[in-house]
Amino acid sequence: MLNKYPLWKNLLIIAVLGIGFLYAVPNLYRPDPALQVSGDSSGVVIDQALMTRLSAALDAGGIEHFGEKADETGKSGLIRLYETDMQLRAQRIVQRTLGDGYVVALNLASNTPDWLSNLGAQAMKLGLDLSGGVHFLLEVDTDSAIATRLEHYSSGIKKKLREERIRGFVTLEDDIISGKFTSAELRDTALGLIRKDFTELTGERLDSPSGDDAFYLRAIIGEAKRKEIEDYAVSQNLTTLRNRVNELGVSEPLVQRQGRNRIVVELPGIQDTAEAKRILGKTANLDFRLEAKYDAPLSDREQFEFRNPGRGEPSAWLERDVVITGERVANAQAGFDQNGMPQVNITLDSQGGTLMHRVTRHNINRRLGVLFIERKSRTHYERDANGVEQAVKVPYDEKKIISLATIKDALGVQFRITGLDAPGEAAELSLLLRAGALAAPIDFVEERTVGPSLGAENIEKGLNAVKIGLGMVALFMIVYYRVFGVIAVVALGANIILLTACMSLLGATLTLPGIAGIVLTVGMAVDANVLIFSRIREELREGLSVQHAIEAGYGRAFVTIMDSNITTLLVAVILYAVGTGPVRGFAVTLSIGILTSMFTAIMGTRAVVNFVYGGRRITKLAI
Amino acid sequence: MSDTKKIVNFMGARRIAMFMSIAVMVASIAVLAVKGLNFGLDFTGGTLIEVIYEESVPLERVREDLRTAGYESAIVVNFGSDTDVLVRMPEGMSPTLGEEVLAVLQAGTEAEVELRRIEFVGPQVGEELREQGGLAVLLALVVVLIYVAMRFQVKFSIGAVAALGHDVLITLGIFALVGWDFDLTVLAAILAVIGYSLNDSIVVADRIRENLRKLRKHDPDEIINISLTETLDRTLVTSGTTLLVLLALAFVGGEMIHSFALALLIGIGVGTYSSIYIVASLLLTMKISQDDLIVVEKEGAQIDDLP
Repeated sequence: MLNKYPLWKNLLIIAVLGIGFLYAVPNLYRPDPALQVSGDSSGVVIDQALMTRLSAALDAGGIEHFGEKADETGKSGLIRLYETDMQLRAQRIVQRTLGDGYVVALNLASNTPDWLSNLGAQAMKLGLDLSGGVHFLLEVDTDSAIATRLEHYSSGIKKKLREERIRGFVTLEDDIISGKFTSAELRDTALGLIRKDFTELTGERLDSPSGDDAFYLRAIIGEAKRKEIEDYAVSQNLTTLRNRVNELGVSEPLVQRQGRNRIVVELPGIQDTAEAKRILGKTANLDFRLEAKYDAPLSDREQFEFRNPGRGEPSAWLERDVVITGERVANAQAGFDQNGMPQVNITLDSQGGTLMHRVTRHNINRRLGVLFIERKSRTHYERDANGVEQAVKVPYDEKKIISLATIKDALGVQFRITGLDAPGEAAELSLLLRAGALAAPIDFVEERTVGPSLGAENIEKGLNAVKIGLGMVALFMIVYYRVFGVIAVVALGANIILLTACMSLLGATLTLPGIAGIVLTVGMAVDANVLIFSRIREELREGLSVQHAIEAGYGRAFVTIMDSNITTLLVAVILYAVGTGPVRGFAVTLSIGILTSMFTAIMGTRAVVNFVYGGRRITKLAI
Repeated sequence: MSDTKKIVNFMGARRIAMFMSIAVMVASIAVLAVKGLNFGLDFTGGTLIEVIYEESVPLERVREDLRTAGYESAIVVNFGSDTDVLVRMPEGMSPTLGEEVLAVLQAGTEAEVELRRIEFVGPQVGEELREQGGLAVLLALVVVLIYVAMRFQVKFSIGAVAALGHDVLITLGIFALVGWDFDLTVLAAILAVIGYSLNDSIVVADRIRENLRKLRKHDPDEIINISLTETLDRTLVTSGTTLLVLLALAFVGGEMIHSFALALLIGIGVGTYSSIYIVASLLLTMKISQDDLIVVEKEGAQIDDLP
């Protein structure tokens, strides 16, 4: 029969819309402004008793709150507030009550009912331009990482040649290591040594550039190795930045690599960019020091705690003299020894190797400690001239022992730390060593800060534009196409629900350009229906019967709609691939919008049209 | 074609339209060459600080404050309302500049100054974004050229791409002429114009192709007029609804997407015209005829199965 959809098609449409509705619904529940409390290290337990204490403190401060709850894992707790304006004041009170050792972050607590979140349904994330916050783009100076590594190779080669008693002149210039020798034999032996011991370098003979009678060689770093060093520098910085961002206490931070040597950091809700930049830009450091002898005078030794206590001794005495610092550490990697026991392999640069050798060869069987030094800050409260209480942060260095191991042999450029209990411990130790080692320097190349009031305003204005635009289009369609117009408007509504559902499901972030994309989708989604309806009108004028006109209208318009939507989709994909930031947000909503609009504007309206008109004798259409 | 509707002789005016288009395009190129686009922060690099004052302040005083503090090259303007102030600094400044300027502004007034946003873009990034943007536009044009050539025929594809170039060029020309800020969101709008204008061109091209196959006895001139008349209704309705939505964006959407909406309004306005005149008259200039579509795909057979 003409214009009747089979049952399965109708059911499919209803099912898709039903599921879409389910996943779009969480966006209707507005989240509560909240405070999230967590411990500064893994040892801190957040329990209900603590939450009750905080609750009392907030009551005393006259801040209305509700739903304070400690997480089941004991790692964090949540306090909900009624008003966003109160967040900062409440944060101050809570931080003050807790003192140091806790992180209190501004947060938005989801109000999505449990049964919905159990289905994986969640509200869309808001971009920084809507929620307010800071966006940083950092660039890792990979050139300097490569230069450092080359210097390390260059001095390694010099040392090797000296050991082998090969006289020659080795220089490093423009990332090329060159050697000058008095005879071809010396040059070839040197080249052989470089090829054998420095496999990362590509060595080759070179004709004399100035025409003198010396013999030359040069060694360059291969493209693959170069890439590896860059990757290493970036991922090391990435790890370090993640650790530091966690320390900032932001509820949903993003730290992500972008392109070859850039890192994006997004911190929603942060206002104090200076503080954020200070913490992100700081460097941790390492000291390698010998364990102090029992009889050493107090002026020569210091006592430090272990970072991870629980091995009997809570602290140890180390000498005040530093053997080497973290700057000399080139790499640290967790691995296994020949017996399958976990160990950490450490590589120093040549200068570090010399210093380490000099000290350790006379101190075999003593213990060598590694101190992890982190810059932290303590908060105390002062009243300023106007009597307003201000939080003052005083930075200090926290020094803790991360390893204390017996020296079995004189150590050089490469050595290992063994006697670790578990592979996890080795992994953590190597991570700390790398974090403490001087990573390639990072620079801030882009920063965008959006205040929360601007964010809220952007949401409001954007949503208003969507509502007004939608309203005007709906009115026009109903006036112009009557019953079919109503059907198109219903489809448009369904389209927005589906678009919202897809974006929430994909975990896409809604930004201001994203809202603009939705608005544009509304305008363009109507296009498919306009094409179909004007085609039906034409067919009717040509004298086709009502049922045939509907059939032909949908059929003929389909090809056109496909062509035009596919080309637009292609453009959207290019936008996504080439663009960054705002352009991407726009591209995502536009692409999803095109796909959902094809479903609702073609299949959706057809189902309704078939339901209303299909399989009946009709002589006139309200179109 | 229909009996009830009069066929509009679009192609009768095609020489005048062609002349107009070429004149406006030449003018656009001239403005772009002489005056250039007023590139926004995203492309030039530099620092931008938006603050909102509790009560309105004379801009002259803000400028004076900044000058005494040593920021001689700062550009100070109102943004949206007279309490909202935008300070823009040239490239090559330090990332800590934002906080320093805010402190200067706060010191210069009794009223509360609230920070709305700070944007810092390094010169390196600005240059990259500019390159990426140009690349995106070119890439989009090439992909479109290939797709349309595959789905239709080379002549259609040249027509469609010429129409796109026409729309983008004129939109850019107007932006240069008026001196509106050209930033990343405007670039996104330009790319959206490409997508949209393409939509329009394809709908028209699709009908011309269909009629070229169906109406064997008419000459190309007539066929194009018939096709344009048949699609005119749809062209106007779709452009109309999209423009309605864009007007809503431009007037209610807020300052931050104002220029985005403006670019789209211009682009889509021009795009509606170009889908009628540029695509069709180029097809005629290239002597499109029934012979160009000899290799006919069997589309009629597919259609019935599709929803």
